[in-house]
Amino acid sequence: MSRRENTALPREVVEIGVVAGGLRRMVDRMGDRVAFGAAALASLAAVALIALVIDRVVSGAMPSISRFGIGFLWQTTWNPSLSSGVRDSNVYGAGVLVYGTVVTSAIALVISVPLGVAIGVYLSLLSSGRLAGVVGPLVELLAAVPSVIVGLWGIVVLAPALHSTIDPALHAALGWLPIFGKPGTTGLGIFDAGVVLAIMVLPILAAITRDLFANVPRELKDGALALGATRWEMIRGVVLDSTRSGIVAATILGLARALGEAIAVTQTIGAGTAIHASLFASGDTLGSRIAEQFIGAVSKLQIASLFYCALILLVMEFLASIGAQLIAGRSVRVRGAVI
Amino acid sequence: MAAIGGRHPLGTSAALHRRRRIDRLMRGSATAAAILAVAILGIMIGTVVVNGASELSIAFLIKDPPGGSLVGVAGGGIANAIVGSALLVVVATAIALPVGVLIAVYLTEFSTPRTARPIRMALDLLNGLPTIVTGIFVFGLLVASHGQSGIAASVALAVVILPLITRTTQEILLLVPKELRDAAHALGVSRWRTIAGVVLPGALGGILTGVVLAVARAAGETAPLLLTDSIFSARTSINVFGAAIPNIPIDIFSYSESPFPAEHAKAWGAALVLIAMILLGNLTARAMLSRQRRRLGWMPTSQR
Repeated sequence: MSRRENTALPREVVEIGVVAGGLRRMVDRMGDRVAFGAAALASLAAVALIALVIDRVVSGAMPSISRFGIGFLWQTTWNPSLSSGVRDSNVYGAGVLVYGTVVTSAIALVISVPLGVAIGVYLSLLSSGRLAGVVGPLVELLAAVPSVIVGLWGIVVLAPALHSTIDPALHAALGWLPIFGKPGTTGLGIFDAGVVLAIMVLPILAAITRDLFANVPRELKDGALALGATRWEMIRGVVLDSTRSGIVAATILGLARALGEAIAVTQTIGAGTAIHASLFASGDTLGSRIAEQFIGAVSKLQIASLFYCALILLVMEFLASIGAQLIAGRSVRVRGAVI
Repeated sequence: MAAIGGRHPLGTSAALHRRRRIDRLMRGSATAAAILAVAILGIMIGTVVVNGASELSIAFLIKDPPGGSLVGVAGGGIANAIVGSALLVVVATAIALPVGVLIAVYLTEFSTPRTARPIRMALDLLNGLPTIVTGIFVFGLLVASHGQSGIAASVALAVVILPLITRTTQEILLLVPKELRDAAHALGVSRWRTIAGVVLPGALGGILTGVVLAVARAAGETAPLLLTDSIFSARTSINVFGAAIPNIPIDIFSYSESPFPAEHAKAWGAALVLIAMILLGNLTARAMLSRQRRRLGWMPTSQR
């Protein structure tokens, strides 16, 4: 619209136009503010949510913290009985659970880290594009199977299969180690839970290491091959070597997943109450004890002690998350500086 | 290396043979590992399908379980749990979606590196939060004072899927070309109109993908429900603010721990229903995502 046409308009129309323009500018300014405010508020809510989680869990655990203190971490008595005649009635300690959590997670990592890294190598470097396009999503689908179904499968299929094959074989070959004691014929145990956790951690490790390896600069890989290295020598010398800290970070993330899993472990660990040397015996973890006892808890102190277990998990999780970030962050910075 | 040229001046040496053998061995192991993972998935889903199919029928899908004192008997279905699970997931998504999208908008459109860091960290911590701890948290927040309810379960599920929705939304917002935003700014379009009219519509497909993935994830979560929504009647209930609402994961969990074979069979039937929903959701999301990425010119990391 030219200026002349504009001036030809009646005065009222021009005024309406000016007012409308001003109105639009005002709406825009308000809109910008509202959009920014809403987005910032939501982001603030995420930070507040973490604070709220810590606050709720700590305050729920408080009676148990003040009663048992830090010794809760290694005391092995867990006795919800309320009858006064029983020794140590209503006394709680998470020693057995901390041990079970650490050992099941260790088993899970021993199995899943080499396998996960191997799958990452396969998906990023060895398979042709089309095959990787099928296998990759299938491995990721494994992560989508709900833990309650993995656990059900663990009870009915995996545990009996392990009991008749792997358990006796390990006992025969390495039976002189107390951890591979005589496997029982029935019943679930720490080893079953560890293998179930390995299956749940595997897709996480495979997905992270695949992306890690795919991002190693092509020139480095080609350079190694041009110098006469075989594919494996290139993978070992260039790819695995340059992504070492990334692999460690991925392992920590896998560990975090294994530490916190409750349902599938509850179903397969056999709900033991003592520490056994043998991995084939029953045990329990922090998460699975919460899942087993929370709803049927008989006293306030038992509930508080289960909150205390959750607090230990929370601290483990935060340490793992921060550790993974520090390590991965450093590796990214180092790589950025070199290339 | 003395072996080089040992047999023939230009022939392959024993050392090279050894290197090649190791190369083949290691590559073979990596392939075997991938096959093992796919085989585990196949066996797992196969077991669920074989065991679940015998239980599955129209009646199983549309009938409530035989309630009251009838424990461990065959017959009845899980209609109450199917309706309940759907309801819990819908409410959880309705809570988490707007918050998640707003956080993603903040991170991509408004944040500075200094303000982004604490938010990213909070999201990472939320993402790593064990779901049983999420359950305990919501128990302390809502259930301890008001008792188990559908809304408590939905809040817990919302906490679980919030980082998931934020991450997928953020990933797709970053893919919306910068030129589109620049063009809008150059035309004098205000920031919020750019976001509402250009950025979000461009990312709509990606956001929907994130929602589908989040729904699939929330549908299978068991640990948070165990503490917030596990003691329920055999009747279908749709009042989220009332008593606990029946749901599939808790059904599978309690049936799988039951001593009655008839209930084990029901656990498999319910597992089949759940896994079918989840796999369907994941495959849909995957198809949507690859279409969306093609549209926005994204390339997989392996080709970058």
